[in-house]
Amino acid sequence: MTLARATSVILAKELRTEFRSRQLLGTTAVFVLIVIVLFSFTFNPTSTESRRFGPGLLWLAFLFAGSLMLQSSFLREQTNDTLAALRLAPIDPFSIIAGKMAANFLFLLLVEVILLPVFAVLYNVAILPVLPQLLLVLVMGTIGLAATGTVFSAVAAQARLRELLLPLLLLPVLAPVLIASTEATIGVLQDPSELSLVWLTFLACFDLIFLTAAWMVGEYLLEE
Amino acid sequence: MATQVQTLPTTRPAISVPSVLLMFFLLAAASYGALIWAPTENTMGIVQRIFYFHVASAWSGFISFFIVFFGSVAYLRTRAPKWDWLSVASAEVGVAFFTVVLVTGPIWAKPVWGIWWTWDARLTSSFLLWVLFVSYLVLRTLVEEPERRALVSAVFGIFAALDIPLVYFSIWWFRTQHPQPVIGDGGKLDARMGWVLLLCWAATLGVMVVLIRLRYRLEALRSEVDALRMESARSTR
Repeated sequence: MTLARATSVILAKELRTEFRSRQLLGTTAVFVLIVIVLFSFTFNPTSTESRRFGPGLLWLAFLFAGSLMLQSSFLREQTNDTLAALRLAPIDPFSIIAGKMAANFLFLLLVEVILLPVFAVLYNVAILPVLPQLLLVLVMGTIGLAATGTVFSAVAAQARLRELLLPLLLLPVLAPVLIASTEATIGVLQDPSELSLVWLTFLACFDLIFLTAAWMVGEYLLEE
Repeated sequence: MATQVQTLPTTRPAISVPSVLLMFFLLAAASYGALIWAPTENTMGIVQRIFYFHVASAWSGFISFFIVFFGSVAYLRTRAPKWDWLSVASAEVGVAFFTVVLVTGPIWAKPVWGIWWTWDARLTSSFLLWVLFVSYLVLRTLVEEPERRALVSAVFGIFAALDIPLVYFSIWWFRTQHPQPVIGDGGKLDARMGWVLLLCWAATLGVMVVLIRLRYRLEALRSEVDALRMESARSTR
């Protein structure tokens, strides 16, 4: 089976699992909502300042959500020992990682797209006129988040205190994504809107570097 | 069943006496150079002298983290435990050096800038780098089985090392858009200052090599003890 085919099978399996149990997406969305509400206490959210601070808070909320949500990516396999079965399949081991990565990317993006209008309303930010640019930034940032997050989820699943460990590993590595996505979002939301090519290129580099790294180390992660 | 007595692999001394003597000589010379020989800086005064060790520690810390990357890649390729030992040894030494950087920085900053800390590009990225490798060390404490630990920490070590340039670029671009305190005066550097800085770097490199070798040896002995313990547990069962 080719890598692409195997990856899409794993992706389909992940999506099916999630849409049958529907635990992850709802919980994560509520979590992000809570964070957004709690952040509103740190400054006056309806002021013009929110254009300056809002994007940072939003991305921070996404990063926290990612570091909690991605836990289950490999943990779910451990409880029923299904990872062993996946490993036995005659497919490239990287396709397991890639399939999970793609699924996590879609889950995170979905949560972000659901929460974006809520954020816009609560923080008085106009997003409709700049929606395509905003989505582009979301996609670019989320690829980096899903790529590193999925690999670290496999790492943390093999350790003790894994719930605490994943954010510990993930958040410092994602600091560049936080900075770049936040700055790009600020640029898009400011008046006049401006899509920063520097930060988009930076995000593309981050995504490319860590996707390649994941591809190179991926097979080692699934060893028994 | 006759238990076979396993002959221990001979552990040669981790460091030769001359290399330790050389390290102490370099340290003494560097201290003399930094504290006495180098001229006192005009505007910052005596506190500027801490800079020699501050900068030298940062450079040696970077090299240690590069060794972590190298050791992690080599471990994944060869699966020889020695590369894992090298990685953990260098990571600890690198974190120690960056701790020195993060402590000496504020000592210098308080009298010169008037504040202990500022979120300037260089400070922020050094801090983040330190946090990255502290996470690496925390990860190591949380995985019990040696081979598993070596494997996952090699993966994380590679990711953390790849992140270093990204951290630097992102924070640099981020901070240069914001007001920042002026570092340095751009004035002409006394030649002696440059030499002392190089000497200090040589000294910290010497400390780095000696510490990494000691720590490497400790890790090797530890894994040997673990292996023996497993063996005795198996034979008494």
